[in-house]
Amino acid sequence: MRLINRRPDRASRLILVILPFALLLFAYFMGSATRLTENPNDKLLPSAVQMTDAVKRMAFTEDQRSGGYLLWQDTASSLQRLAIGLGISALLGLCLGIASGILPLFGAPLSPLLTVLSMVPPLAILPILFIVFGLGELSKVMLIVIGITPILARDLEQRAREIPVELLIKAQTLGASTWTLILRVVLPQLLPRLLIALRLVLGSAWLFLIAAEAIASTDGLGYRIFLVRRYLAMDVILPYVVWITLLAWLMDWGLKALTRRAFPWYEGARG
Amino acid sequence: MQNNIKKPRLFAMLAAGLVAALSLSAHAAPKEHFNVCWTIYAGWMPWEYAGTQGIVDKWAKKYGITINVTQINDYVESINQYTAGQFDGCSMTNMDALTIPAAGGVDSTALIVSDFSNGNDGIVIKGEGKKVSDLKGMKVNLVELSVSHYLLARALDSVDLTEKDLKVVNTSDADISAAFNTDDSKAVTTWNPMLSDIKAKPGVTEVFDSSKIPGEIMDMMVVNTQTLKDNPALGKALTGAWFEVVALMNSKSAASTAALEHMAKASGTDLAGFQSQLDTTKLFATPKEALDFATSAQLPQTMRKVAEFSFQHGLLGEGAKDTSAIGMSFANGVTSGDKNNLKLRFDPSYVQMAAEGKL
Repeated sequence: MRLINRRPDRASRLILVILPFALLLFAYFMGSATRLTENPNDKLLPSAVQMTDAVKRMAFTEDQRSGGYLLWQDTASSLQRLAIGLGISALLGLCLGIASGILPLFGAPLSPLLTVLSMVPPLAILPILFIVFGLGELSKVMLIVIGITPILARDLEQRAREIPVELLIKAQTLGASTWTLILRVVLPQLLPRLLIALRLVLGSAWLFLIAAEAIASTDGLGYRIFLVRRYLAMDVILPYVVWITLLAWLMDWGLKALTRRAFPWYEGARG
Repeated sequence: MQNNIKKPRLFAMLAAGLVAALSLSAHAAPKEHFNVCWTIYAGWMPWEYAGTQGIVDKWAKKYGITINVTQINDYVESINQYTAGQFDGCSMTNMDALTIPAAGGVDSTALIVSDFSNGNDGIVIKGEGKKVSDLKGMKVNLVELSVSHYLLARALDSVDLTEKDLKVVNTSDADISAAFNTDDSKAVTTWNPMLSDIKAKPGVTEVFDSSKIPGEIMDMMVVNTQTLKDNPALGKALTGAWFEVVALMNSKSAASTAALEHMAKASGTDLAGFQSQLDTTKLFATPKEALDFATSAQLPQTMRKVAEFSFQHGLLGEGAKDTSAIGMSFANGVTSGDKNNLKLRFDPSYVQMAAEGKL
């Protein structure tokens, strides 16, 4: 049988799913064990026990200095920044995308501007962002917003242009004004696409969040990672990385579920 | 079926490959090729000169070895790489030597204590005529858990304040100058070259600097103890090269100006700027000076203070019960902390060889 036609059955599919993860874990713990036998205090590749201890300490023990539970505090502040950043970006991206995709008068100045802006690496102009937005929460949120809004806006602009022109003409012959047209035809078409675009930029949003927290901060997941990196505490960093991955995956899954629930027709229509 | 037979072998191969890739362990057998790293800082620029002008090569050749001198752009990363075993030696401060490699179980030796900060680290507050006590209730931008943090703690000691009386905001050293330009930031603690930039702004006061705690923030070349023990040639070559460059810098000749200009350029400033950074760095001009400092009674005392600070901030590792968790040894058989866990050794014997002209 040709390779292209061979499909794994249920059981072997499960094994194939687990295999790469198991291989990675196996390789990690082998490497960790080798280094720890040479030097029991090695910090680069901590053992499972060391990481469990670190998790206990960070998540379930009160911090001596601040009296809080560090992991949860870090998570709460990071998620808050991320949520605000994503919320603002989604709203802005949607408005800009519709304006430049549907209204030619707005599209003429906006479209090239968005293209150029989306190419500017926000991390390279950080000092300017500091002066404009300060060092507090605002600058962290703004870094996310500046980083992902142009990408969202460009994607939505493209989707708005893909709406069949017949639909727009038909709505107009039925008496729709520009405003009604946007509200009743364009917006419903673009909302599911917005959720999908958000899922795609989640990775960048996390990247900008962690970069912002590494630069000037007093809490947050990125702050903690960059702080303990100073004494190579990989036993804290690795669980944090796993936790961030899990959170990001949950958010992705949540957005996917939301798309299905709120816009069941969208995926159905695509077959 | 054939596939099923192949699978285990493939699995074993993949696993072996990954294990090989992940186990970066360096074995301490006698060897001839060595790697050391350094980062840009006024007191370490002689390494740049020694590395690029063939002085390290010359000394290495004399002892029948080769030494590769690599510049790393990120200071903490360079120490982490050394701790992970990628380098045999690296330039770092006394506090970082204790809290990163030594606390990470990598037995390390301070081969050359080459200078101490004598104003190179400072605390700056916005506004004229400020004092250390004005820090109370303020937010201070600094690189947390670094020598800046230590300097701040020592400054607060001097006016009976503690860290609880203010709030530290972890700020990356690359962005601290830009951060101080914003209204949010009222006070910073940092080091040169950022410090001179920040001090030069109008309407600011430097309330404390490292010249008030002389000899407590040291810059050193740290090498792996086992590697040094197996290969004394490495210690001899590095020490010889170092003092040759330092002697050249202090020779007050056309050659010394050329060398200083070279280092200034390599550190991204001009001769005047580099000279002003050197003025606040007490660079030991002769092996004798370095030896006197390394054998002084002050050194163990300073390191105890540093260990105390590190322990209070959880830098000695979670297993550490008290400040003595990590043992340190000094000249003349003096030790501090756990004698069964000596991980940081100040060994002036190579500097002594240099002082006696035996290299």
